Amino acid sequence: MTMHFLLLFSRQGKLRLQKWFLPLPERERKKIVKDMTTMVLSRKPRTCNFLHWKDLKIVYKRYASLYFCCALENKDNELLALEILHRYVELLDKYFGSVCELDIIFNFEKAYFILDEFLMGGEIQETSKQSIAKSVEASDMLQETMEEYMSKPAF
Amino acid sequence: MSDVVEKTLTALPGLFDSQTGAAKITNRLRQLIKSITELTSKHEEENLIKQELSAMKEQVSSPNTTMKQMREIMVRAMYCEMLGYDASFTYIHAIKLAQQGGLLEKRVGYLAVSLFLNEGHELLLLLVNTVLKDLQSTNLIEACMALTVVAQVFPKDMIPAVLPLVEDKLSHPKEIIRRKAVLALYKFYLIAPNQVQHIHAKFRKALCDKDPGVMTSSLHIYLQLIRESPDSYKDMTGSFVTILKQVVGGKLPLDFNYHSVPAPWLQIQLLRILSLLGKEDQSTSELMYEVLDESLRRAEMNHNITYAILYECVKAVYTIHPKAELLEKAARCIGNFVLSPKINLKYLGLKALTYVVQHDAKLALQHQMTIIECLDHSDFTIKRETLELLFRITNAQNVTVIVEKMLDFLRICNDEHTIIHLVGKVAELAEKFAPDNSWFIQTMNDVFSIGGDLLQQDVPNNFLRLLAEGSESKEEDDQLRLYAVDSYLTVLKGHTSHLPQCFLQVMSWVLGEYAHLQESVDQREVIRLLTQLLDQRSVSSETRVWILSALTKISEGQTDLILDLAESLSSSQDTVLRQQAQELRHLSQDSQLHEWALPRGAPWDGIEVDSSLSFLDGFVSEALAAGAAPYKPPHQRQEELCEDRALNLEPYGFSLPVSLSSCSITDRQSPTLLSVSSGLSGNSTELSQKAGSSTLILEGVKRVWGKDGYLPQKEATAPPVDEPSAAVQPPSQQEAAERIEPRPDPSTQNQDKQQLASSLFVGLGVGSSMSLLGKSEAPPLRFRKKPRPHESSSSSSGTSERSSDSSSRSSRNTTDSFLYSSLLEEEPAASISAFDHTPKSTTANGLAQNKDTKEDRRANTSQILGGDMVIVRPSTIQDKHPPSVSSDLTALLPADLKDLPHSDVISLTSDPSLSLSSCRLFRDEALLLVIFISNCTETVIKDVAVQLTCEELKTVSLRGSVGSVHSLSLGHCPQQTSSVRPLVVTTEEYGKLWLSLSHDVKQNLKLLTDAGDPLRTTLNALKDALQLHVVDIIGSEGIVACRLLSGAPCLLHCRVNGTALAMWLRSPHPALPDCILYHCQRALAHH
Repeated sequence: MTMHFLLLFSRQGKLRLQKWFLPLPERERKKIVKDMTTMVLSRKPRTCNFLHWKDLKIVYKRYASLYFCCALENKDNELLALEILHRYVELLDKYFGSVCELDIIFNFEKAYFILDEFLMGGEIQETSKQSIAKSVEASDMLQETMEEYMSKPAF
Repeated sequence: MSDVVEKTLTALPGLFDSQTGAAKITNRLRQLIKSITELTSKHEEENLIKQELSAMKEQVSSPNTTMKQMREIMVRAMYCEMLGYDASFTYIHAIKLAQQGGLLEKRVGYLAVSLFLNEGHELLLLLVNTVLKDLQSTNLIEACMALTVVAQVFPKDMIPAVLPLVEDKLSHPKEIIRRKAVLALYKFYLIAPNQVQHIHAKFRKALCDKDPGVMTSSLHIYLQLIRESPDSYKDMTGSFVTILKQVVGGKLPLDFNYHSVPAPWLQIQLLRILSLLGKEDQSTSELMYEVLDESLRRAEMNHNITYAILYECVKAVYTIHPKAELLEKAARCIGNFVLSPKINLKYLGLKALTYVVQHDAKLALQHQMTIIECLDHSDFTIKRETLELLFRITNAQNVTVIVEKMLDFLRICNDEHTIIHLVGKVAELAEKFAPDNSWFIQTMNDVFSIGGDLLQQDVPNNFLRLLAEGSESKEEDDQLRLYAVDSYLTVLKGHTSHLPQCFLQVMSWVLGEYAHLQESVDQREVIRLLTQLLDQRSVSSETRVWILSALTKISEGQTDLILDLAESLSSSQDTVLRQQAQELRHLSQDSQLHEWALPRGAPWDGIEVDSSLSFLDGFVSEALAAGAAPYKPPHQRQEELCEDRALNLEPYGFSLPVSLSSCSITDRQSPTLLSVSSGLSGNSTELSQKAGSSTLILEGVKRVWGKDGYLPQKEATAPPVDEPSAAVQPPSQQEAAERIEPRPDPSTQNQDKQQLASSLFVGLGVGSSMSLLGKSEAPPLRFRKKPRPHESSSSSSGTSERSSDSSSRSSRNTTDSFLYSSLLEEEPAASISAFDHTPKSTTANGLAQNKDTKEDRRANTSQILGGDMVIVRPSTIQDKHPPSVSSDLTALLPADLKDLPHSDVISLTSDPSLSLSSCRLFRDEALLLVIFISNCTETVIKDVAVQLTCEELKTVSLRGSVGSVHSLSLGHCPQQTSSVRPLVVTTEEYGKLWLSLSHDVKQNLKLLTDAGDPLRTTLNALKDALQLHVVDIIGSEGIVACRLLSGAPCLLHCRVNGTALAMWLRSPHPALPDCILYHCQRALAHH
């Protein structure tokens, strides 16, 4: 399961989050984002969640007003990718508490931090909701205390 | 912009207040996002961002900006970049933030780096030290961040810097660090497998880690490793099976459950690994049947994730060695998928089916109806997947239906990639299974009009080739062509403006070649239709060239129409067209010339394009001898031009018309293009080479070497440039052509030729040269190095030559006791006795070398099998005293070897009791070394052990009851020349073969001038010394052929050049020409 990229975009086609697991030039990235939004947004209801795109498979799913969309290689398991997207949503949900698009718009860096704990180099790193939440929160907490610590004049 | 974020935004402030501390938003970012959402146009957004960016720029360069502020700026920069604006001025600050900030800043800094900087961005170098520091940090979070960034953005060349530290982390007490380290190493493995080779053992440790998370991560690496070489990991099958059993059995902590399915990602990873291991391996497969069965059984819950597991199970079951029971279950599973009302499952079912029908086509039959339903499904993805499945099960019976379905799909499809992909498949199916001509032509018409100019070039090429080459039956071919002509005439009568260029080109070529087959149609009509095309704006200039060439071919007898056309084109802007129009006029006025240049209905293989221009070789070397500058290929000239502009004008001052030089350039540079066109017919070459005039050069000039071989009849009479071509060629061009031709420098030209030859003959060489070529593809690599006098025997020792099988390689450098032989008793006064020979078949490296050896002791024959050693008892009893060696010994040779050509018997060595001589025999496929052992004493030798030290076969040691061990050196070792055999070919075969060979060497050798005919004398001398075959001698040129045993051929082309012999060698084997050349030199020097 090698994910090539993961994109989050709104129903209006606004990019909310982008993660590229393989190096691509800026121009290419922009083109892909454009392709993905047009392709995915033009899908009719009651169609399957998979698309052919070049020699890759696109797996997408809509959660409320946000589309989650990732690219896999042809040999990979599409259903499994769908569940990866789902688990990511669950993680966001757990962190933000019934997540909505706005949470992600305004806290996109947190969404990245969670993603970094979940996927690494395009592969699943940790599937347990518990431990991901723990490690993200741990760094959040630590940051808070460090911040206090740092603000002390002695340092 | 107002439509961007929904109305909920009005409730924003309230939302923010309810956020927890962790989700606090910095004020500026909140402002930015808010104001962006309030904007109404893209233009306003741009302005706002511009302002924002310049404000940020100011801030980052201000010395008073704190790290905390910097962090906030960085988040805003990420936001701007996500919107698609360039904030690259912040990149360096992101690195600084990661470097200098506290934890909170560092985290944002690293995130920004991983988002901003691609692998390979130069700024990344500045990050190395920071990462190194953080990797060594005792702070867990710092180490985690460093590992994450390493896995995300580190390029190949920066890996060595951090590798040791990452490696250390594999034994870190915290599992999260170990897990991240394993994944980082996995990423490294993907980028640069060589760099992590040494830690494979540590991967194994990670696999056994007590933390399941670390173990899971290590499976990514194992999947990759096993995919590359499954055989090296077969021993781990048991472990993987055990792990899977435990996982399926729910032995993992509940934490790993996903919707109450135990560790699905882990399961799937293991299933993939198992299927790779069990592929085509029964015993390994047997280990996993049980757990696969269990997996299939357990995954019953109605949830996507269980289906995902089932899908992997099914794939595994069909990949490994089959077991009926499992297959049955898997088939049922697929059935459930395909029949499921859930569209995602249906899709996966089709995908599984596509995979499975390769093993079991019957399964598709069971689901016929479902498949047909899916074909008409409203979802494009489902349809396309179904077509993929159909493609796999296409045969001669169902091809029409399936192709029709595919074309239907294509007509409504607008995705380029899909079109290219599917159209190629349609063409493939049509060619493979076409039921009749009209269907085929019609289908190809659809392919061309749908695929259009997106089509990969090989589709039209293959099609034209098929038409041109035809099958065995000329009648059928003509029928097919006729269909094509009819069909195209119909197409051209309709609207043509929308037709793709590629289709127009195909049509014009076919009409040009075959329109005359259709007698019921007036050729004038064809000309009219084609001429019409020329007037269309949408027709590209390349297509115009195709059309004009077609017109040229069918112009015969229609002078009036053609002259009009030529007239109208003669003022064209396009020089190529003008030139073609000129040719057209000439040809239409001279029917004899037309007949000669464009023979109608000539078989495509009868017209030969000597694209290597080898007929000019003589000319070139003469010119070179006269001091002409060697030819430089265009790119080299270009380089030189760039280097020194002053160089440019001098040597090429009177350069040629562009069209001509460009035609020779295309000729050299695009072998593929040529291979196609020359495969079609000689005439069509001019089509693909836009310059058009190349026909003149290729056709008009005498051809000495063609694909069909040497063409001696022409050589004798034809002047370099024939009359007809002179008539057509404008004088200036003719001169130019002559001027350019001497240029090619042999060596560069050769390279191009090699390319050409290899591409030209890749699929063509079905003729007599095939057997040679076939073998030459994988020649035994005996002559790797260029031989030096001292080593002449080392790389091709006698043994290696003798045994053409694998044992030859391994026998080197090992001291093998080939045999033990005990002397038969009571052999009266035998100088050489027969041996009761017990093959000691286990040699040092465990290869049974003598297994084939059998000996018939009664008869004086031997069976020499597989290049092994055989011991023969001579029938005659020799005189007892020190053998006068030489000639009479050859009489002792076994009967079946007597007739072989052999070398003189050479006395190798002797001592008072034994004497040793040897003789080489040349067999086609092997060199036989016969060793004679003679007893020089009166006493009967009781026991002789012969030990051949095979390393270079220089010594033979003898041990016998007579004395102690005698180590005798085989002074004369077999030379490489011993493995050269004459290659008997005809001149034609030689010519064919010559063109197909790629490696060549040229050198001038000494010419033996003492006799009347120097060439013949020299060649004969070489023939005697090296066992070459002199194929033919014509005038001052001679061709000679030989081969390496029954392997790679080597062709020699010799030409008398003053007092030297210009020798040109070619062989498929890279080192053979050098080697042969060396021995030729030696042979002539010794003469």
